[in-house]
Amino acid sequence: MTTTPRLDIREGYAEKFGFHDAEQYVFKSRRGLDAGIIEQISEMKGEPRWMRDYRLKALEIFGKKPLPMWGGDVTGIDFQNIFYYVKPTSEEAKSWEDVPADMKRTFNKLGIPEAEQKFLAGVGAQYDSEVVYHKIKEHLEKQGVIFLSCDQGLRDHEALFKEYFGSVIPASDNKFSALNSAVWSGGSFIYVPKGVHVDVPLQAYFRINTKDMGQFERTLIIVDEGAWVHYVEGCTAPIYASDSLHSAVVEIIVKPGARCRYTTIQNWSNNVYNLVTKRAKAYRDATMEWVDANLGSKLTMKYPSVFMMEPGAHGEILSIAFAGKGQHQDAGGKVVHLAPHTTSKIVSKSISKDGGRAGYRGLVRVQKGAVDCRSTVNCDALLLDEASRSDTYPYMEIMENQVTIGHEATVSKIGDEQLFYLQSRGINKDEAAGMIVSGFIEPIVKELPMEYAVEMNRLIQLQMEGSVG
Amino acid sequence: MSQTPDLIVQNLHVAVEGKEILKGLDLEVRKGEIHALMGPNGSGKSTFANTMMGHPRYEVTEGDILFKGQSVLELEPDERSRLGLFMAFQYPVAIPGVTVANFLRTALNARLAPPEGNGSGAMPTKKGIPPKEFRAMLREKMALLRMDESFAVRYLNDGFSGGEKKRAEILQMAILKPEIAIMDETDSGLDIDALRVVADGVNALAGPELGVLVITHYQRILSYIKPHKVHVMVDGRIQLSGGPELALELESRGYDWVSEGKEVTAP
Repeated sequence: MTTTPRLDIREGYAEKFGFHDAEQYVFKSRRGLDAGIIEQISEMKGEPRWMRDYRLKALEIFGKKPLPMWGGDVTGIDFQNIFYYVKPTSEEAKSWEDVPADMKRTFNKLGIPEAEQKFLAGVGAQYDSEVVYHKIKEHLEKQGVIFLSCDQGLRDHEALFKEYFGSVIPASDNKFSALNSAVWSGGSFIYVPKGVHVDVPLQAYFRINTKDMGQFERTLIIVDEGAWVHYVEGCTAPIYASDSLHSAVVEIIVKPGARCRYTTIQNWSNNVYNLVTKRAKAYRDATMEWVDANLGSKLTMKYPSVFMMEPGAHGEILSIAFAGKGQHQDAGGKVVHLAPHTTSKIVSKSISKDGGRAGYRGLVRVQKGAVDCRSTVNCDALLLDEASRSDTYPYMEIMENQVTIGHEATVSKIGDEQLFYLQSRGINKDEAAGMIVSGFIEPIVKELPMEYAVEMNRLIQLQMEGSVG
Repeated sequence: MSQTPDLIVQNLHVAVEGKEILKGLDLEVRKGEIHALMGPNGSGKSTFANTMMGHPRYEVTEGDILFKGQSVLELEPDERSRLGLFMAFQYPVAIPGVTVANFLRTALNARLAPPEGNGSGAMPTKKGIPPKEFRAMLREKMALLRMDESFAVRYLNDGFSGGEKKRAEILQMAILKPEIAIMDETDSGLDIDALRVVADGVNALAGPELGVLVITHYQRILSYIKPHKVHVMVDGRIQLSGGPELALELESRGYDWVSEGKEVTAP
């Protein structure tokens, strides 16, 4: 008989994040999806005609596209049972004082105002379909940095918005980008002017409250020449017996010499389908980095992508996925080399336990003519028990010979020898297992700002209990 | 030297996957002593080291190991460690992502403030040694062992050379301050530099508060470490014990004569 250490990921989710407020909204669409609902959403938002038409066209595309038959099982989604638009308040607040008490309490509990005070350059807080609070530090505003909800971005900066909206991810990209394009609401609109460095992160927090709802935020980030920005998003939801849908689209344009890092700490409850399309275009000597941590959801299918458009562009994707009981994380990334002298790196770490399934699905594509490109892919999986599963699907489409491509993959289990070694130094077995796991993800966690690294460790809850295995 | 031996091994029988490897081992080590345990391949030297530390693969079928008057057989490896036992591994295990410094501080804190109930993972505990004090201590020990400071921020044994691994083992011993340490060096193709690392480390740390048992196949490490006693193990038992001169005799005559029973005591 040997005892195996246990690792509880996201212990106490129900108390910390899984609660919900009494339902409150100023408007809630009827269940289901049709052109009428889309017109209603567009009308309520007071959108220009072109956007309404864009939505309606996207709905058509959504109807025509089949469900993906790869990745995770999405056949359980009942598209006609979902509330596509739940408007929580009549308008966005610029002060927490003006956010309704329930919602304010929720965001307080999630630590958002506190984080804003301590280390953020700006915060957007979305509750169901709309952003209820949005604010950026004054000095950044003065430098011309725009950080608004996506809806507000369309209202205030229509020309800029229209130029880039849908330019990275067209509605027709896939079934869920079409859905988002039809019903999008909330999300962030960011513009960082030439040469401006936003040194501390901007953060958006997404909260689902209403049962059976779909959240479809849309984010558009434009980082102008030589500018820097780090955007962080977090999300949680109540635990419900029926499933919710979260389907976002994130488009990023990183102009020459600019740098963008986009960090996600996805912590949805285990009844959320999380089907997200994220893509960035990086121009000459620009750098785009995705740091993508997926801890929650029932099913996540998400492959942040970097298209390297011009020479010198660099793309990087760091992905962590945890899958516990009943969870499937189909995560990874795509790097597309469209120009010579471009470089990319993908590092993926997945951990599965209690029958969970976590994997890496990724693509490295080098276009003909994109000579002297370099790309490395490292994907490591750690299985905590026999019942869990890890999959690796590394796709390579290399159309050019003069390139350097590296790929390494490992699958490991917490080994008896590692445990014994640490124990022989006086560290108990559970703590030893925690150490091995945190060491496993360390290469990615160390890329997070300190506060998020702490948060990450807290979420992973390296809290063990002995059990007979 | 203390009166009662600090480590007493009595008639120890150990099986691995049903096969008996140790067949009645007797041994006594006191603090302040340096012992050498020698013997041919497969005689059970490493089995003894692992059994003493509590490796789950090794099953004690008979006999006992007493440390400071207490049987340790029912104790977990971490409990044995906190009691004052230490084993320098023949093949130290890599723990990627965990720095030498973080690991050592966690191990040290486990001694100072043993975790209650649930472990707190790799997060530094509130209790235990203050970070500043720990860094000073680490620097001091690394200087003593002539180690580069950059060592502290490397991942434990990950990509270490053979010599670096040995050095890391000695550093752990220096920080954790055991009372009885077993250096498992058996059979490994240690180069001369790695041997010297172990020898220098043992010599630097040896003293009245530390008892050392050096396990070795070849006698060459004994050119650097002067043991008080030498034991020869053959077929799961100590067949012969004597002074340092015994090692030299083994060097010239090999192990066969011991097992053949031609001599029962050292000359």
